[in-house]
Amino acid sequence: MKAGKDTLEKLVFETEVEIKNKDGLHMRPAMQFVDIANQFDSDVIVSNSDTEVDGKSIMQMSMLAAICGSKLKIKAEGQDAHEVVNALKELVEEKHFDEPMPKKK
Amino acid sequence: MEIKKGIAVSPGISIAKLLVIDSEDYRIPRRSINPSQRITEIQRIRNAFKDASEELSRLEAEHDKAEGGKIKDIFAVHLRFLRDRSLRKRITDLVHAESVTAEYAVSSVLRQIASEFAKVNDAYMSERAADIYDIERRLLKQLLGKKREEVGHLTEEVVVVARELSPTRTAGFDKKFVKGIASDAGGRTSHAAIVARSLGIPAVVALEDLTEYVSGGDTIIVDGNRGIVIVNPDGQTIEQYKEYSKEFVELEHRLDAIREEPAVTRDGSRITLLGNIEFPDEAEVVLEKGGDGIGLYRTEFLYLNSASEPTEKDHYEAYAETVRVFSEKPVTIRTADLGADKYTQSRRFAPEPNPFLGLRSIRFCLQNLMMFKTQLRAILRASILGDVKIMFPLITNRQELMQAKMILRDVMEDLDEESISYNKDIQIGIMIETPSAALTAFSLARDVDFFSIGTNDLTQYTLAVDRGNELVSTLYSTVDPAVLRLIRTVIQDAHKSQIDLSVCGEMASEPEYIMLLLGMGVKTMSLSPPMLPEIKQIIRSVTIEDCNKVARKVLGMNAERQISAYLRNSTRKILPEAF
Repeated sequence: MKAGKDTLEKLVFETEVEIKNKDGLHMRPAMQFVDIANQFDSDVIVSNSDTEVDGKSIMQMSMLAAICGSKLKIKAEGQDAHEVVNALKELVEEKHFDEPMPKKK
Repeated sequence: MEIKKGIAVSPGISIAKLLVIDSEDYRIPRRSINPSQRITEIQRIRNAFKDASEELSRLEAEHDKAEGGKIKDIFAVHLRFLRDRSLRKRITDLVHAESVTAEYAVSSVLRQIASEFAKVNDAYMSERAADIYDIERRLLKQLLGKKREEVGHLTEEVVVVARELSPTRTAGFDKKFVKGIASDAGGRTSHAAIVARSLGIPAVVALEDLTEYVSGGDTIIVDGNRGIVIVNPDGQTIEQYKEYSKEFVELEHRLDAIREEPAVTRDGSRITLLGNIEFPDEAEVVLEKGGDGIGLYRTEFLYLNSASEPTEKDHYEAYAETVRVFSEKPVTIRTADLGADKYTQSRRFAPEPNPFLGLRSIRFCLQNLMMFKTQLRAILRASILGDVKIMFPLITNRQELMQAKMILRDVMEDLDEESISYNKDIQIGIMIETPSAALTAFSLARDVDFFSIGTNDLTQYTLAVDRGNELVSTLYSTVDPAVLRLIRTVIQDAHKSQIDLSVCGEMASEPEYIMLLLGMGVKTMSLSPPMLPEIKQIIRSVTIEDCNKVARKVLGMNAERQISAYLRNSTRKILPEAF
């Protein structure tokens, strides 16, 4: 995780996460994601290799269609950028959205 | 501008904004709006989102723990979509940019999103498209459904557009505001059509997919004379129709002028014209239109309009009200004709596979004696107020008639014991509306005072055609040679037995069939009240001699089409403005 430019009062943080739960970022995980993102003031931008979407919009998040193994970049801009990025990273990589993981081969 | 052809079921012209009710198939066509209207549409979208969210929150709470929280999760996700500002923005942006209706914008954006989901190469994700469709439906239900509630308390004139209308629903329309009816399904003799005719609301049915072509607020012309509707007519068409509508009203007025004149043919034969009514307040319409009484008082409304079975008092009050209006003129009350498409099926635990051949009408009454006796008591009590006759529907054999009469005698005895007065000589009649009754009319005639031919059911049962099914409704014709032969038998048997005979089916409301009926020897007809003046005009323009010729000719014809065309031509010569 690295801190970006500190422009006036706006903090910018970004990180990269990997979707590890079996069914990917489907509806329920997307809901959890935007619920957390919406608890913070910062703008949240999520992107995969080709699209960039609003991390507070369930419509846009679910359209990312991130499946298991996808890598996403989470970028936050605002006063609480650091906190929101941390919270989202925890949800995706540690809690795996409380979803089942793929069976180990 | 779009013109669609259907079946004209209730005459008259109306031009008004349309109101879509009961829309279940939500295929919303693209509709442009005036740019100044965009703000209203955007507000409607906001309200729809708000109301749909409230509905979802309720559903989410209700399904709290059920099914391991899965259903709750689904609603929770849908709720997030509704709260998603970027989704709403995409929809309102579309309204802004392209000036389209709220319905179209919602439908178009959500379907776009759904198709994007469907494209994702992952089964789990692609199936989520169904959720988006669900959200679309919920929003559209708010947008379209809102108006449904408004039908109850309308404040401006509208044309009601629906896939299908039940008679009960149609009967609930406020005549002051509902100026026209147009529906996808239905046929000439569907009960909703009958109700529309009774209320005098122009109606066109069997428009197949009209609801998919319109959205609330469009202007529509309903031409209940020609059987067409015109959606979003241009200025010139509206002007033409206003003119046409004026002419039609003038014709009506001219017909009203003969209201006080008797229904006598040019060669002096007096014909009795009665009205068919569904509700007590229609009795006034019959008098207004110059009717000589009521030939068919349908009593189903008493059962259809309330959740519980009507009491004797409910029955009595409805009958008394009507009988008082007519004082000495006849009022023929038909006992409950429930079943098939009315009432009993919808409340049945297991619907019958063939309701029209099942437990309906008199059969239903004979198996529900308490209910039947309640009605008979009320009719008998009302019989002292005027000239009340009692009529049993759908008799198929003599045994049924004897059973019904026996029950009536039981009720009379009860009344005697309680010293309640009634007309002991009340006339008893039956409807002839099944081929079996028509074929045995001679034997049935011995036990009744009158016959009334119910041409709708008689046609349906003779030709084995469901009158409401647009796939086969072209096969349905009252002037089919087979039906006419049965009708002739009934008329002849009634004459031989010297009992009264009337025709109370829709046939008697059709201008082109009047000469035929007169020629076949019919002297009493009971018809839809708004049609009374026009039918009287025809009667006053013909001679029985001419009619006899027409009937002889028709009864010698073998093809329905030939008969229809011939009858239309004969009538057109008499009353050209009727067509």
